[in-house]
Amino acid sequence: MMDIRVTLRFVASLCALALCTGCAMGPTREDPFEPMNRASYKFSTALDDAIVKPVAQTYVKYTPVPVRTAVSNFFGNIDDMFSFVNDVLQGKPDKAGNDLGRVIANTGFGMLGLVDIASEAGVPKGEEDFGQTFGVWGIPQGPYLFVPLFGPTTFRDGTGSLIRGYADPINFIHDVPIRYGLWGLHVLDLRAGALGTENVLNQAALDPYTFIRRAYLQRREYLVWDGKPPPAKEEEQ
Amino acid sequence: MTQLKHFIVKRALGLFVAVAALIALPALAQEAPDALVKRVSQEALTVIKTDPRVQDGDVAHIRDLIEAKIAPYFDMDRMTALAAGRAYRQATPEQRKRLADEFKTLLIRTYANALNQYRDQTIDYKPLRAEPNATEVTVRTEVMRPGQQPVPIEYSMEKTPSGWKAYDVIVAGVSLVTNYRDEFTQQIRQGGIDGLIKALAAKNAAPAPK
Repeated sequence: MMDIRVTLRFVASLCALALCTGCAMGPTREDPFEPMNRASYKFSTALDDAIVKPVAQTYVKYTPVPVRTAVSNFFGNIDDMFSFVNDVLQGKPDKAGNDLGRVIANTGFGMLGLVDIASEAGVPKGEEDFGQTFGVWGIPQGPYLFVPLFGPTTFRDGTGSLIRGYADPINFIHDVPIRYGLWGLHVLDLRAGALGTENVLNQAALDPYTFIRRAYLQRREYLVWDGKPPPAKEEEQ
Repeated sequence: MTQLKHFIVKRALGLFVAVAALIALPALAQEAPDALVKRVSQEALTVIKTDPRVQDGDVAHIRDLIEAKIAPYFDMDRMTALAAGRAYRQATPEQRKRLADEFKTLLIRTYANALNQYRDQTIDYKPLRAEPNATEVTVRTEVMRPGQQPVPIEYSMEKTPSGWKAYDVIVAGVSLVTNYRDEFTQQIRQGGIDGLIKALAAKNAAPAPK
């Protein structure tokens, strides 16, 4: 009981803080929790510099390319499974056919997804997820969030990621070390794939936090529209 | 007699120049936007793969190459106007020029950094879908890297008197101009347009991130 009250007060003060900063910084409707998010961003970058990035660099340095490709393919195959589910939820039969075909081919003939024979055969990845499905259904992004150790997301996309996290087949592996090992490997694979981008980001951005936020929101909008967003209004003249 | 000869030579010369201009000018000015993107990209890729100083990761040299071979095909004034919005319209010509110059330097440094990171790329050019007399088009390409999903890169281009020029680059759905609009707005809110110019200059003077 006490706990809930304390939590509520904490959330209320956070909101108040966010509102105040909102006044000072101008309208940030899409990022009402900016102060909290910035703190989380700072923490994540420090942790990345100290641990995650060096581990990913070591992984890249000592693991042969075919092994890393197989690891990426394995997790990519699970992505394709969820992409199929979301193709169906979005009513996209062509993409659903592609993704289902990919999962069957790669799981059955590609050694449980270690070999991406479907891409070699020219069947494109659907790359749909629950957050995009909510977007297609007309649900707005909601507040932007920077989650420690996870990165940029929003209320909508984060909800999608939670669903995905609970339903992920890796979650149903009973052997605890194997389950956590695979989660760790997945994080490593994702981080290794993004090595070098932090360098470009730090060169490009005046404020990396703002830069990531806009890039994330643009990217998600683009994915919801399958790469064909309605033309934006230009602010010129 | 000499006068007549002179007259003929002059006329012939004039005609020759006119014909040459007629043949050469359209070819120069009206290179199709997709052909231009392809030519400039291929030239850049060739340099990346053959220039020993690029291979050594000589970033200053890569920047010079971009400045000479790629930057001329970008409309920096329009990019700056789009990114800075209202503040650009209210700025003096001198402020506009300084802002465009600093923005250009930042983009060149960023591009050099990215090229240096991803040297193993090839580019797939998509067919252009546009009306023949269009003055604004989007040129679509895909950057392929071994073992990775292709990254779509699109160029928003406009027809200018000196040929087609790009005014935005959209990488995997992320428009460069839109991204910088947030960054610029934030700086302008804090220190006006001079504050933004100062922030860009400081960024450009700092060593490249390692």
